[in-house]
Formats: sequence, structure tokens, C-alpha cells
Amino acid sequence: MAEKYDVQEVEVWDGNYAAAHALRQAQIDVVAAYPITPSTPIVENYGQFVANGYVDGEFVMVESEHAAMSGCVGAAAAGGRVATATSSQGFALMCEVLYQASGMRLPIVLNVVNRALASPLNVRGDHSDMYLGRDSGWIQLDAFNAQEAYDLNLCAFRIGEHLSVRLPVMVHQDGFVTSHTAQNVNPLKDEDAYAFVGDFVPHEEMLDFSRPVTYGAQTEEDWHFEHKAKQHKALMDSRAIIDEVFADFEKKTGRAYKRVESYMIEDAEVAIVALGTTVETCILAAKQLREEEGIKVGVVSPRCFRPFPFDKIREALENVNAICCLDRSSPGGAMGALFNEVSAALYSTQKRPLVTNYIYGLGGRDFSIAEAKRIMKEQKAHADAGYITTEIQQFSGLRGPKLGFFETKRR
Amino acid sequence: MVEIRWHSRAGQGAVTGAKGLGDVVSTTGKQVQAFALYGSAKRGAAMRAYNRIDDTQIINHEKFMLPDYVLVIDPALAFTDNITDNDKPSTKYIITTHLSKEELIAQIPTLQDKKDRVFVVDCMEISLSTIGRAIPNTPMLGAFVKISKMFELDYFLERMKKVLSKFPQKIIDSNMEAITRAYNEVN
Repeated sequence: MAEKYDVQEVEVWDGNYAAAHALRQAQIDVVAAYPITPSTPIVENYGQFVANGYVDGEFVMVESEHAAMSGCVGAAAAGGRVATATSSQGFALMCEVLYQASGMRLPIVLNVVNRALASPLNVRGDHSDMYLGRDSGWIQLDAFNAQEAYDLNLCAFRIGEHLSVRLPVMVHQDGFVTSHTAQNVNPLKDEDAYAFVGDFVPHEEMLDFSRPVTYGAQTEEDWHFEHKAKQHKALMDSRAIIDEVFADFEKKTGRAYKRVESYMIEDAEVAIVALGTTVETCILAAKQLREEEGIKVGVVSPRCFRPFPFDKIREALENVNAICCLDRSSPGGAMGALFNEVSAALYSTQKRPLVTNYIYGLGGRDFSIAEAKRIMKEQKAHADAGYITTEIQQFSGLRGPKLGFFETKRR
Repeated sequence: MVEIRWHSRAGQGAVTGAKGLGDVVSTTGKQVQAFALYGSAKRGAAMRAYNRIDDTQIINHEKFMLPDYVLVIDPALAFTDNITDNDKPSTKYIITTHLSKEELIAQIPTLQDKKDRVFVVDCMEISLSTIGRAIPNTPMLGAFVKISKMFELDYFLERMKKVLSKFPQKIIDSNMEAITRAYNEVN
């Protein structure tokens, strides 16, 4: 029986430590991990919890992230509660196995502490790794601060292990800005946290020898398509379960989460769409701009990046005149992913608001309140003119000559 | 909102100091934030740590700040780092040095119009003679408590004991002595 950990009502934890405690409280059967900056302290602290008797499960040290995720796949297929953590290059190395995990419908929880991808080598936070995972068939939840990293980990087990979901779940937090920033966190007591997550219920487990099952079978053109379509449908249908788990979490803690978070959007004429800690910085900027200049700015964020909340994004933004989507990942010869997906959702609304794109914060470049306000004012200028007055894709906080691409054809 | 910037060398305990301060402040019901700008920093490299303290949840995640307090815990950084970056007319400086305040200010041109806002304390000497190692972070907390008037000394010491509770009694005692000495000696 695992030792009980005495958590205080208010702790000052960084995002990594908060995530490690949530994993401890979930009483995981197997964590297979290979540490990488900035997610290292999650597995480091978890390993310490195991060594000190706070966890009954196994902690498996492996030789690479590919092996870490492979170990998780094996343990999950065997019929256990499974989790791990990674970042950046480690995430990239896991990629092959991520698709295996989702294709085998294994409810693994992966903490991704977002970090830039090399080259050039960079340990700081941006969303390159998060975006790399977006077609992998995992549910992706995004935390904006340490409290949320803790909360969403608890929710992730409930969502992924739900028998009508049975999909792996990533919990994202921003490298350093969340992972290494200590803030007030209100954790649940061990017994309350575990009661919320619930006992692990094995399903089609390989270790049930009375009912043999196969994981990772080969299917060619006869069945592959049907499997992938079914998997996609499960991901789409998980929206209802995510809502249900969030509602239950709110009942338990008073902390409300939605698949799309929106702030001051009711009367907003312009809006910013962003992910991660930038959302909170933008809320602050929007409040200041409302007070200082009376510009009605709202902030919207897909808390649930996958399944992409096409429905809720449309609802949140359909009455706004101009929107800027902030992408913290190098788009590699395209518009930013958030821009593309938000634009697609809004294309099927009556109003079709003006949508622009900023690439920002790559490799941990600071995103300031002043810059958020400048971008918001630019959206107001588009809204007033009735057309996009700048290039559609621009770069924020970039040194050197101004960079931008494409002009509007809709005036 | 109170904003604090620590100037330190990696290994001197600025991050621990900032987190320790955060721990203590959180027990008073306030919201805190403690972070640092590091990454691939090496021991001895100049680095900065930051605190924000407020009555409501802190949602500002920009690294940029206009500090209310600048805490310099390495004596040489007062000369080599830009400790007056982004300061305000009210920014207070607490600098660890063996020099007198007058001697220090005379050698640092950027401090000359801020004489009434500069305070000195020898955190190095204090930590060496109390803790036995050059860890200037705890004495700096004592000096900060005095200058900011944010807490009564006794209250702060009690809370700090809890933060340090995982350490042996001898270490806790020497840290309490370091905080108290710096509180009394900062000027």
C-alpha cells in the first residue's frame, strides 16, 4: 500500500512538480521514461516518489524515448494504468510509437512540456512538439499554468480510460514558463484526487489469458481504412466525454474547464486566439486595452487542441469582426496551424470575420503585454477598415527586417 | 503587484531564494510567482531570477518586468551586470558588498542618482560566518524583509523554518541566524 503524501491546501509548485504529484496521486501501474529538458523534473520527482514508497507501481528506466513510449504501449496493452513525460527531441523520437499507441486504442497519459525542435538546438518553450503531435490520433489538452497542468493530468486519466474513448491523452504545458515557474497551486488531497481518477478498469487486456486478444495486427487495404475511420470517430466522439469529465471536475473542485476557453468574448469586436501561457498574458493585455482605450478585445483558446473544437471555436468567434491567431511554431512553408484551423471553422459562418496570423515566441522568445496590445490594436484597425490592412501572416518579436506574407483579396 | 529581480550567479541560490520567498509569501494568502532565466547556464554564469507578488492570481507570463526591488547577491555583478535595467523612479536596490554604501555608489555611475534607494549588506560574509558556505540567498531574504517591510522578522523566521523543515536542525538554525543578521545589518 502506497504511503500517503501530506499535501498542503496551498502549495507553491512549478508545472513539472504539479504534474509529478498528479501522476503520483493517480497511482499509475507503469511509468517508462527517459528524461529530457524541460520535462525532466516530472519523471525525476516521480522516480523519487516511487523510491520513497508513495507509489506502488513500477518505474522503468529505458534507453530512449522510443523505448519509453514502447514500454508504455506494452504495459497499457497488458492492462495497466500508464503514463510518461517528454519534450521536443524526445517527443520527436517517440513519434512513431505515438501512432501505434493511438491506433491500438491504449489510454496512456503523456505529459508534453512544450519545447522548440532543433535545429538550431534550443531548450526553451515553443509549440513545435505540440504541433508535431496533432495528427497522431491523441487527445491533446493544453494547460496555461501550473494549476492547470495538475488538474488536466487528473482529467486526462478519466478521459482516456473511459470505455467509450480508450485513447491516449497528452497534457501540454509551456516549457520553463509553466514547467519551471513556481506559483500557488491548490492540489486535492491524495484520497480525493484518487477518488476522482478512479480505479483502473482493464479492458481487452493481454494478460487476461482466458480471452486472448491481438494488439498491433497488420491490416492492408481490406481493413486499415475502417480501423482508422473508427479511431477518428472515437476521437471526434470523445468531445462529449471530455465535457462530462470537465463538468465532474468542476463539481469536485470549483475549477471550470471547457474545450474552448473564452474570456471577455460576449461583447468583443476583435479577438486573439492563442495557446499556453500566452492566453493568460493576452487576457491581461485585453483587460488593459479595454480600460485604457475602450477597445473591446476578447481572448479565445482551444483548451482541447485535439479533437479540434471546430464547433465551439465557431460559436465563440462568430460575432467578432477581426481575429488574430497566434502560432508558436515555425509553420514550415504554410500559414500557422491555428490560423488554418480557426479560419476553416469560421468559413462556414455567416459573418466570416477577418482572420490574420502571427508567428511568435519561437525558441522561448518573450511575448510581452505591450506586444499583445499592439497586435490587438492592429486587429481593431482591420475591423474598422473592413479588410485586412497588413500582410495576412506576420512575425512578432522578430529581429531584423519585417517579414510577412500574402495580402487579402477581399476588400 | 510587487515585482522583484534577483541578480545572481548560477549556483548561488537565487532560484531557491526566489522560491523560498514565494513559499513564505503564499502562506500569507497572497499569490506568488517565482521563475528564472536559465537553460543551459553553467555554474558561475550570471543569471536572473524573478518574483511577482499580488493579491489576485498572477496571469502575467512575460519575462519582461519593471522591478520594484533589485536584489544583487553576487558582489561583482553590481559592477558587470546592468542591474538598473528597466528600473522605475521608485525601484529599491539591495546589493551584497563588503564596501560601504558610499564607496559602492562612488564606483557605479548608474547608481549615483539613486542614492536614497540603494541599500547594502554583506551577504557573502554573513553566509560564510553563519552557514559556513558562500550561499548569499538566505541573508538577502533577511535584508529584503527589512527594506520592504513586507513582514515582521519573527513572522518571516517562523514561516521560513517550515520551508526549510526537511533540513537538519543545525542548518535551519544557521539560516535563521543569517536572516536575522542581514535584517539587522542592511543599511
